[in-house]
Amino acid sequence: MPDAPGLELIRADLNEAHPDAITGSYFEYGQACLICDPAKIRDVLAWLRDTPGQEYTFLASVHGVDYLPAEPRFGVHYELLNMARVERIRVRADLDDPGHDKLPEIPTVSDEWPTADHQEREVYDFFGIVFTGHPDLRRILMPEDYVGWPQRRDFPMGGEPVIFTNTERDVPGWYA
Amino acid sequence: MEVKREKIRASLPLDEPDPNKALHVRQVRARDLLRGDIEGVDLEKVVEEAVLTTRLDKVLNWGRANAVFPATFGLACCAIEMMSVVSPRYDIARFGAEAMRASPRQADMLILSGRVSIKMAPVVRRLYDQMLEPKWVVSMGACSSSGGMFSNYAVVQGADKFLPVDIHVPGCPPRPEALLYGFNKLQRMIRGNPDIGWRTRYSAHGTEEWARDLGKVTDEARDAYAAARDIAEAAGPPVSGSPGTPVDVPGPPQERVAVPSKPERDAGRFI
Repeated sequence: MPDAPGLELIRADLNEAHPDAITGSYFEYGQACLICDPAKIRDVLAWLRDTPGQEYTFLASVHGVDYLPAEPRFGVHYELLNMARVERIRVRADLDDPGHDKLPEIPTVSDEWPTADHQEREVYDFFGIVFTGHPDLRRILMPEDYVGWPQRRDFPMGGEPVIFTNTERDVPGWYA
Repeated sequence: MEVKREKIRASLPLDEPDPNKALHVRQVRARDLLRGDIEGVDLEKVVEEAVLTTRLDKVLNWGRANAVFPATFGLACCAIEMMSVVSPRYDIARFGAEAMRASPRQADMLILSGRVSIKMAPVVRRLYDQMLEPKWVVSMGACSSSGGMFSNYAVVQGADKFLPVDIHVPGCPPRPEALLYGFNKLQRMIRGNPDIGWRTRYSAHGTEEWARDLGKVTDEARDAYAAARDIAEAAGPPVSGSPGTPVDVPGPPQERVAVPSKPERDAGRFI
């Protein structure tokens, strides 16, 4: 894990190699995170993998986040791991919500990191984030005819209200 | 002899509500059938000691109830409890249902042991369709009965949305004894004398979920709610933990006091 100064060094090097690619960075809970322009995510990940001295060669996880009501709304997290030094770094790409019937888009990295194939499909499945250039972008866990993006924060909970004594006021009418 | 038999049949119909009388009729008939082979005191003795008369569907249902073949089919954590039902400690073999069949084609009871996700529901339905008639479904646990704690996008809220369920066993998960009890209830159903439900026993028809919207709140009830709420408000805010403090009395929805919105209520709480 790069420490906070180490993270800033990486950020400075990245800014030299790819100007305007990194829009921010933070070091919280012992975890280093770079905030990245989604259009340049492929460049940033390739730089972190191929640059001597960095060599984060393993993409441990890709996952989506819905930060509603914050703006930009969506985040895609790429967890990178250097297995020689056992150092991890997170790259986060923030995506705006393009509106009611459009889906946010980000370039795929599945051609360079084969493990991203299924994980990007999972992010698409639950958050409706489209990975442009993905070879087979369809639902992976939910049924294929499912409508909606169930892990978004504005997705209705569904099911039936379960009455506990502490939710009684929120679910009126059950006792009538 | 023929004439006599017809006479008995006409005078004492089998649908007699009095069971003793019905037994008598059947005994008389059995004696008629045996007459000719043996006679006199021997005939009476055989009828008394060796002949058991019943109806064909009763025998059939008795056999079915005591030879149920459950499908080997687990859905979630309830399946662990279901498995232990077969173990010597609980031993469902006492009731004749120990032969778990690995194919739905050979099974006639499906135990839904766990939550049914919407992706699994078509599979469960197909398994059910493949089972032989007559077949029974036991919904085991809260999840397959009502969705349970999984009130979310992925889980079917009650298996009876896509299957006919005969018995619901409550619990999370139900203990093996509870499943056995539910199975005994199912056996009584199969035999043709199902136990009455609690709604019938307590005259509680009309409290079903679908009937709640139909229920009207009477004026007396509304007044009583208002009076009780006034008393509670006059006594001040309840102190939690101290006995005898007035509690919030639930009332009809249109009469509720204004509920503070969520941010207000959560203002002093660390979330």
